[in-house]
Amino acid sequence: MSSPEDGGVTTDARNRIFARIRAALDVDPEDQSGHRVVADRLRRHPRGTIPLRARCHGEQAIRQFADMLTKQGADLSRVANPAKAVGAIGSYLGSNNLPPRLRMGADAVLASLPWKEAWDIERSFGPASPSDRTSLSRAVVGAAETGTLFLVSGEDNPTTLAFLPETHMVLISAADIVGSYEEAWNRLRSIYGSGALPRSVNLIGGPSRTADIEQTIVRGAHGPRRLHVLILG
Amino acid sequence: MASSSGSFTSNARKALADAELQRALQNVRRGFILKRETAVETLPEFDRLRAEARAIKDHTLGHLDLYLEAYEEKVNESGGKVHYASTAAEARDTVLALCRAAKAKRVTKGKSMVSEEIGLNAHLEGAGIDVVETDLGEYVLQIRGEAPSHIIAPIVHLNKEAIEVDFRRAHRALPSTRKLKSVPDLVAEARAVLRERFITADVGITGANLLIAETGTSVIVTNEGNGDLTSTLPRVHIVIASIEKMVPTLEDASTILRLLARSATGQEMATYTSFATGPRRDDDPDGPSAYHVVLLDNGRSEMLGSVFQDMLRCIRCGACLNHCPVYGAIGGHAYGSIYPGPMGAVLTPALQGIEHARDLPNASSFCGRCEEVCPMGIPLPKMMRAWRERDFAKGDPPLRQRIALKVWAYTAKRPLLYHALAGAIMPLLAWRAGRSGRFSRFPFGKSWTKTRDLPAPEGKTFHRLYGKAKRSSSS
Repeated sequence: MSSPEDGGVTTDARNRIFARIRAALDVDPEDQSGHRVVADRLRRHPRGTIPLRARCHGEQAIRQFADMLTKQGADLSRVANPAKAVGAIGSYLGSNNLPPRLRMGADAVLASLPWKEAWDIERSFGPASPSDRTSLSRAVVGAAETGTLFLVSGEDNPTTLAFLPETHMVLISAADIVGSYEEAWNRLRSIYGSGALPRSVNLIGGPSRTADIEQTIVRGAHGPRRLHVLILG
Repeated sequence: MASSSGSFTSNARKALADAELQRALQNVRRGFILKRETAVETLPEFDRLRAEARAIKDHTLGHLDLYLEAYEEKVNESGGKVHYASTAAEARDTVLALCRAAKAKRVTKGKSMVSEEIGLNAHLEGAGIDVVETDLGEYVLQIRGEAPSHIIAPIVHLNKEAIEVDFRRAHRALPSTRKLKSVPDLVAEARAVLRERFITADVGITGANLLIAETGTSVIVTNEGNGDLTSTLPRVHIVIASIEKMVPTLEDASTILRLLARSATGQEMATYTSFATGPRRDDDPDGPSAYHVVLLDNGRSEMLGSVFQDMLRCIRCGACLNHCPVYGAIGGHAYGSIYPGPMGAVLTPALQGIEHARDLPNASSFCGRCEEVCPMGIPLPKMMRAWRERDFAKGDPPLRQRIALKVWAYTAKRPLLYHALAGAIMPLLAWRAGRSGRFSRFPFGKSWTKTRDLPAPEGKTFHRLYGKAKRSSSS
C-alpha cells in the first residue's frame, strides 16, 4: 500500500505484481470460486498429519515435554505446589550464584505465588532492561511434541524478559501442557479469537545457542545462557 | 546482489586448491548430514509431512493473489503496513524511505537472504545509515566484507583462527591479552559487542521464514535470539520477505516448521520460532511502535506457471547444499551467487537471467541427492536440466561444446550406429590401457586426467554383456 514515506512507489508495484501473478495463474480476479476456496481454508484451518509423538496428554505429555526441554539444554524443575515453585526459584538463583532479584510482568498466576516465603527475593515489574540479570515469565501453553514453550507478549509477560537477561525462568502449569502445536494454536484462538494473535508469540525450546563457528554448539549467543523451566502441578 | 557466477570455473579451481576452505568444508559433512539423518529417523511421519507441505505450497501458489490480499488485510487490521516491491531496486528504496521517515541513524539486522539478494546493506550505508548484522555468522562476514557461503550457515567456509584475526582487527577496544582461541571465547566477544548495538538501534530489519495469511503474521526461526532482539527493541520493525513465503494458516505453518529445522540443522525445532503480528498494542510495555512488511517479487511472479514454479516451494533449509557433492567440494563462494548449491543453480538463473549464470545448472553430476533430501520435494535436477536446455536453445554455450553435444546426440539417437561405434572403440581402449586398466593421459580429457586417472573400459559394452547374459540364462 502506498504511503508518504515510500513516495507512493509501492501501489504501482502492487498493481504490477498482482497483474503478473494473475496472468501467470490465468485467473480472473472477479471469479468467485477461488475466493471461496481461500476463505474456507482460512476459516476452517484444517490440520495436517499430527505426529504420533504429539498425540499424547496428561502425565505422558508432561514427561515428554520435560525430556525434550532437558535434551535441548534447559534446566527443569517439577514443583507440586506454588510454595515449592517459589522455593525452587530461590534455590536456582542461589545455586547459580545469581543475585536474589527478578524482573517480571503483571501475570496473575505469577503474582499469586506465595512470595512472602521467599522474602529475600526482590521483585521488580515491567519490561527487561539490559541491566536485568534474571527474569521470570509464564508460558500460556506448551507443546510436548518438541518441548516448546509458547510465550505471548503483553504487560503480563513482556517479550524482552525472554531475550535480554542472561537467565530466564519460565513457569508453566502442568494443565497447560498439550501434545501438538495445533492444540496450542487452538488454545491461543480461545484467548485472542480466530484469525488474531498478540503482537508476539515466541516459541522457545531452550537457551540461546549458535553453531555458526565450525558447527560447534555454544550456549548464550545473544539471548539467555540459561533457561530454567518450572512445571507447576 | 554481488555476483561473479560468470567465473564459476576459475572460482571452483581456486576453491579446490584452498586448504583452509577444504578443512572448513569437512564440518558440513560431519555436522549437517548426520544430524539431519538422525532427526528424520526419529520422526516416522516425515515423508507424509513432506507430501503435505508440498501440497500446502502448491495450493498457496495456485491462489497466491488471493492469499496476498488476505494477508495484507490482516496486517492492516493489526496496525502494520504492507509495501510491495517489484524489483530489488524498489525494495531497497522502500526500506531506505522507511528508515529515513523513522529518522534512523542506527539499524540492526537479523539474518535475511532476501536482503542479501537485493544488496540492502550497501544501499543503506551509502545513505549514511549505520547498519549492523546481528546473526553471529553474518556479523563476521560484515567485518570481513564478504558474502555468505551457505544460506543457513553463512561462515561455514571459515575456521576459528580466521575469525580471531577479524575480531582483533575490527574490535579496537579489545585488549591484546584477551584470549580468543576457543569458539566460546569468540561467541562471548561478539555477544558483548553486539549487545550495545541492539540497545541503541532505531530500526530493526528481519527477514521472514513464513508469512501467515490467516493472522497477518511474519515468522522468523533462529537459534541465537538475535532476530528477536532485532524485532523487539528498536522503535520500528521492518520485515523484508519475498512473496512466495506465504502459507494460509497456523496449521500449515506448523506442518512446514516440522520439516524446516530437521532438514536444516537436524534439530527437532529451532530454539526460537517467533510470530510477529503488527506493532506494539495498547497494553504492550515493549515491542516496536511501527511494523512494516516489504514484499519483494524480483522475478518470482515470472516463475509462477512456468517449469520453474516448483522452486517457489523452497523454504531455504539448505539441505540440498549440505548433501551436494559439488557444494561439498568447492563451498558456496565459488558459485558467485547469493544462493549457492542446487537451489541456487535453479533460482539464480531465474533472478539474474541464464546468460549471467549458465555455469551453475551445469555444476551438477545429477546424482539426485538434492531432490532426495529436499523437504518440499522440489525436482531440482529436472529444473537444472531445463535451464541447460534453455541455454542450449539460445545458442549461448561455446562452439566446441555445441559440436560435441551435436555429435553425441546424433549417435545416441541411432542405436545401430551407436552399438557399432561403441563395440569397436571399447575393446580398442581396453587394449590401449593395458594391464593398469586406466589412462593417465587422454585426448581432450586433460581436465580430468590432470588430477586423477581415467578408468578404462573393460572391453565389452554393457549391451553386449547384457545380451550374452540373457542368452545364457534362457538356454
